Amino acid sequence: FYLTPSQVNSILKANEYSFKVPEFDGKNVSSVLGFDSNQLPANAPIEDRRSAATCLQTRGMLLGVFDGHAGCACAQAVSERLFYYIAVSLLPHETLLEIENAVESGRALLPILQWHKHPNDYFSKEASKLYFNSLRTYWQELIDLNSGETTDVREALINAFKRLDNDISLEAQVGDPNSFLNYLVLRVAFSGATACVAHVDGVDLHIANTGDSRAMLGVQEEDGSWSAVNLSYDHNAQNEREVERVKMEHPKSEEKSLVKQDRLLGLLMPFRAFGDVKFKWSIELQKRVVESGPDQLNDNEYTKFIPPNYHTPPYLTAEPEVIHHRLRPQDKFLVLATDGLWETMHRQDVARIVGEYLTGVHHQQPIAVGGYKVTLGQMHGLLTERRARISSVFEDQNAATHLIRHAVGNNEFGTVDHERLSKMLSLPEELARMYRDDITIIVVQFNSHVIGAYQDEE
Amino acid sequence: AAGMFLRLLSDVQWRAAHPKWRRMTSSQRSTSTTAEPQLVALPAQAQVVICGGGVMGTSVAYHLSKMGWKDIVLLEQGRLAAGTTRFCAGIVSAARPMSIELKMAHYSNKLYQQLEQETGVQTGYMKTGSVSLAQTQDRLISLKRIASSLNVMGISCEIISPKKVLQLHPLINIHDLVGAMYVPEDALVSSANVSLALATAASRNGVQIHERTCVSHVTIQKGRVTGVETDRGRIQCEYFVNCAGQWAYELGHSGEEPVHIPLHACEHFYLLTHPLKEPLSSSLPTVVDPDGRIYIRNWQGGILSGGFEKNPKPLFTEGRNQLEIQNLQEDWDHFGPLLSALLRRMPGLESLQIMQLVNCPESFTPDMRCIMGESPTARGYFVLAGMNSAGISYGGGAGKYLAEWIVNGYPSENVWPLDLKRFGTLQSSRTFLRHRVMEVMPLMYDLKVPRWDFQTGRQLRTSPLYDRLDAQGARWMEKHGFERVKYFVPPGSDLLDLDHSKTFYKPDWFDIVGAEVKCCKEAVCVIDMSSFTKFEISSTGDQALESLQYLFSNDLDVPVGHVVHTGMLNENGGYENDCSIARLSKRSFFMISPTDQQVHCWTWLKKHLPDDSNLVLEDVTWKYTALNLIGPRAVDVLSELSYAPMTAEHFPSLFCKEMSVGYANGIRVMSITHTGEPGFVLYIPIEYALHVYNEVMNMGQKYGIRNAGYYALRSLRIEKFFAFWGQDLDAFTTPMECGREFQVKLDKGMEFLGQEVLLEQKQNGVYKRFTMFILEDHDTDMDLWPWWGEPIFRNGRYVGKTTSSAYSYTLERHVCLGFVHHFDEKTGEKLVVTTDFINQGEYEIDIAGQRFQAKAKLYPFSSLFTQRRRKDEVELSGYQRE
Repeated sequence: FYLTPSQVNSILKANEYSFKVPEFDGKNVSSVLGFDSNQLPANAPIEDRRSAATCLQTRGMLLGVFDGHAGCACAQAVSERLFYYIAVSLLPHETLLEIENAVESGRALLPILQWHKHPNDYFSKEASKLYFNSLRTYWQELIDLNSGETTDVREALINAFKRLDNDISLEAQVGDPNSFLNYLVLRVAFSGATACVAHVDGVDLHIANTGDSRAMLGVQEEDGSWSAVNLSYDHNAQNEREVERVKMEHPKSEEKSLVKQDRLLGLLMPFRAFGDVKFKWSIELQKRVVESGPDQLNDNEYTKFIPPNYHTPPYLTAEPEVIHHRLRPQDKFLVLATDGLWETMHRQDVARIVGEYLTGVHHQQPIAVGGYKVTLGQMHGLLTERRARISSVFEDQNAATHLIRHAVGNNEFGTVDHERLSKMLSLPEELARMYRDDITIIVVQFNSHVIGAYQDEE
Repeated sequence: AAGMFLRLLSDVQWRAAHPKWRRMTSSQRSTSTTAEPQLVALPAQAQVVICGGGVMGTSVAYHLSKMGWKDIVLLEQGRLAAGTTRFCAGIVSAARPMSIELKMAHYSNKLYQQLEQETGVQTGYMKTGSVSLAQTQDRLISLKRIASSLNVMGISCEIISPKKVLQLHPLINIHDLVGAMYVPEDALVSSANVSLALATAASRNGVQIHERTCVSHVTIQKGRVTGVETDRGRIQCEYFVNCAGQWAYELGHSGEEPVHIPLHACEHFYLLTHPLKEPLSSSLPTVVDPDGRIYIRNWQGGILSGGFEKNPKPLFTEGRNQLEIQNLQEDWDHFGPLLSALLRRMPGLESLQIMQLVNCPESFTPDMRCIMGESPTARGYFVLAGMNSAGISYGGGAGKYLAEWIVNGYPSENVWPLDLKRFGTLQSSRTFLRHRVMEVMPLMYDLKVPRWDFQTGRQLRTSPLYDRLDAQGARWMEKHGFERVKYFVPPGSDLLDLDHSKTFYKPDWFDIVGAEVKCCKEAVCVIDMSSFTKFEISSTGDQALESLQYLFSNDLDVPVGHVVHTGMLNENGGYENDCSIARLSKRSFFMISPTDQQVHCWTWLKKHLPDDSNLVLEDVTWKYTALNLIGPRAVDVLSELSYAPMTAEHFPSLFCKEMSVGYANGIRVMSITHTGEPGFVLYIPIEYALHVYNEVMNMGQKYGIRNAGYYALRSLRIEKFFAFWGQDLDAFTTPMECGREFQVKLDKGMEFLGQEVLLEQKQNGVYKRFTMFILEDHDTDMDLWPWWGEPIFRNGRYVGKTTSSAYSYTLERHVCLGFVHHFDEKTGEKLVVTTDFINQGEYEIDIAGQRFQAKAKLYPFSSLFTQRRRKDEVELSGYQRE
């Protein structure tokens, strides 16, 4: 049983989304040309989320990918709420006051974000009031705190991440009279999510990362070839600094039990995450909340289970690591993707495939026969495949889709193999997760002319 | 590294041949076993210096030395036969569409065949034959046309069925074939070794060969070669021969006075394989599959296969040494389509193991023909280069013709199609060459139908009326860089696109041109003929008249205002140029020549006019726009515009007068049309061109005026039996042979060039005769159309070839023009052709193997000259060009 190429395409393209920054007066003043995004589920339902929005009261664009675990509730909540927290953190005092006054007097609110959403990217209607109230509390505190200083993007990002995680935790502790909402806030808190968020404003690119999603910059070298620059560090056991950090935060006695089998407390892959209160709350708090919680929560073995060697919580934080990068004309695009992509592809290949896709130029390694024994037939097959690779580029109108096609369908030669692609996509739900993870990708394309002009101004 | 294997291979063979000629050149030196042999000092002077040790340079040296010239030095910057020659695929094939190319290849084949015996150097000569495959009927037609001309040349050649192809070569997949052409005489050689053999023989004859000697530039003084500067010193010489292959362009430009040699290199790929399990026989014929764009030959038990792809890669545009030839990369992706074609043609080769892909640059020229001859600007500077990847096929013959040219002053065959002087400086732009060769290289295997035009490098020279004409539906062709109108597509009528209009049959413009011809016959048409070459010759005294009287066969001492049709003949009486000359005043003349004569005619005049500061020759081509008003109502249009009587009493035929037309003054009006129809040509200073054109078109409306193009002109001139220089006439044709005795004034009271030969011909008769043929049983709608080069048969025997043809809308028949010879039935010797011989034969014209009955005529139909014309108005001359 094989999927036809058009069936494959309809699966691959089901979640694709593209946004092109509108041009004004024929001149595109944004350093971002636009972005392509896409998701391919392995879990059912998918636990990855993505968000993209333009800040309306400040400048800049926000883009993020969120990889949920133990359910999708936390990733969903973060994808809905985080950008508001960031936007609010970035707002100047006067704008915050204006917004607060509008809310106070029941006037229409200034819009803060313009979302760029795929129809499948939903927002929870039921929780919006609750979420809004938490957000309002946050900006009220910001108004009270008025430091008078201009907002630093790095700090704004860190504050927003921490504040949202804190709100998630508090909402779960306080509960809600509405039983549906009460269960929702608990599910959000007990599940977890990583976040990798980009804030682009002119030539200033900030990446705030929590967890093991990754941001990568595609750079075109002078000779036209493509290279990859990492703009985030994975927060997992492979990151020595991260292991060090965790060990520093806990007594020496726990050193051996902190990281086991490359997992935090032997359980969790990412070393930083939203939610996951099981790694943040004290044992007492966890027991109290679970016991007083709804029956569904009590029935869930996972929530009741206390991690082993749990002595000095919190073990987990949502605080992001922020990297600032000044964009240069050779920085052509940014890829934000959950670990589902990075598990299957090396970043160098990602840079090349996206770079070649975006420029339409294919710097294929030339073939040299050298001393190998190659027959005419083999060579013919190889050349046909290479030609097909070029033509497959034109099948996709979306860079993220193109990348997923490669991530799932690449054979050992680095070529998309339809047979393989078809097999991978027709796996039954229960098997899919064993062969691949959810993949979520955002590819942001930069406007080199605008970036070059910024540089010239300086 | 690309080419490594091949290089080793030829090095080994080269070393074997090495001592044989090295001993001759360096006898003072004892045995040398060092890798870097000490170099022999260059001579201080030599009669001839040849630059380039490839097959061209060695062939020129070989033939010069055979003709008795000994004082020759051949310089090679690297080693002999180390450039394109070494990498050449080594296929010697006579299957060429042009008869001069065919003759060169035929001669080369015969030369190479005996070369091993002559020199003792193994040349790898193997007579394998070649099979050219046709996947389409059109391709088969083009092969049949070549087969016809090969057969009459005495080269055996057969059109065969696909089944027969399989018998000749068991690996070929014949399922998509409609037929093929088999040339059993075609051969394979090792081109490097042929070159070494030629060098060996030349060196035995006294030619000095110096390797590792780089020519930096050629010194030219007063328009003559004086010597060459090399990295090892200077050599004084009388003659320099540029055989530098793809570096010929740069070498030509290296001196103070540039010599323009328009060629450009492209990468060319071919594949070498290991032997088959059962090694291929070395006698298997070479296969050419032009529809698949590939050739395949046997090579050491395996195959060698290359081709001419659709998307060539030009290189060395910015000059040499960006890349060494040896370092060129194999590009498999580029070769992919050719590999597909190869496996489609020979599916059995799938499991054959690759040895390597060779990247071997070849040089190509703007018109796909090689370049030979003397520079128009530097006497003694000869060129032989730009072989369009057929160097080994042409090597022998081209070297022979060039050697003859140097020794005798002219070659033994008409090589005008290959003459360097067919180009001007305008074809030597790097950008132009780069773009044009990208079109030329795929064209090697494209189907070439009658009247195809190049698409690149266009709109270089244009008339000031270009945009006006274009807006009125003009379709363009190009001659010598000049855009000329073929015909005008009336509004609302759709012609086929370029690819679909390719046909050997009746073309889609048939009715359009018919309407233009009809208008020329019945009303009046305007044809823009600005591309013609225009010279003015004037002097303070009688120098101009005296010089021209010597150069031209007709009498130019005519009253002022008269126009004379005449030829410039060489000492053999052959046409170097064919033109009309108007006597503007006692001491100045205005000369109109064919477009592509611009360089050649200028060179010829410069060479023969006395060096006298009181005699001025000026090229005024660019100064005048020429409008040809053809038709019975031209006289009415012009007299209304000028308020001057234009009737025959006031403005007789073959007359020239400066007058005003519309508001514009100083228009040279000549009562000739180049078609035999009544009318005038207006030579208009270019700033008045638009004004005069507009006035003519406005005034002409009531007389039914319309635009027309060269196709109409061509039909008119051919049905009137007017010969055209470059097509019908060449340096080997005398006025006596084409019925133009009346243009020769043997008794004009002074000697002129070619006079003796003409006198002799007048007394003893001619050996060929320009004849007009009217096809009798040819169906214009259904049959293949004649083009040119079709064999003519008289009473079943071959007597010559056609030189041009056109459909005559008046006769409603095809008309072919061509030369009839009289070959002795037994000896093949050329005999005198008499009028009786022409008139008493039954003729057939062979179009792609099919023979059509034809009626021969030595004089045009007088009945065509009807309408309102009186006898004295008739333009008397048979003179035309296009």
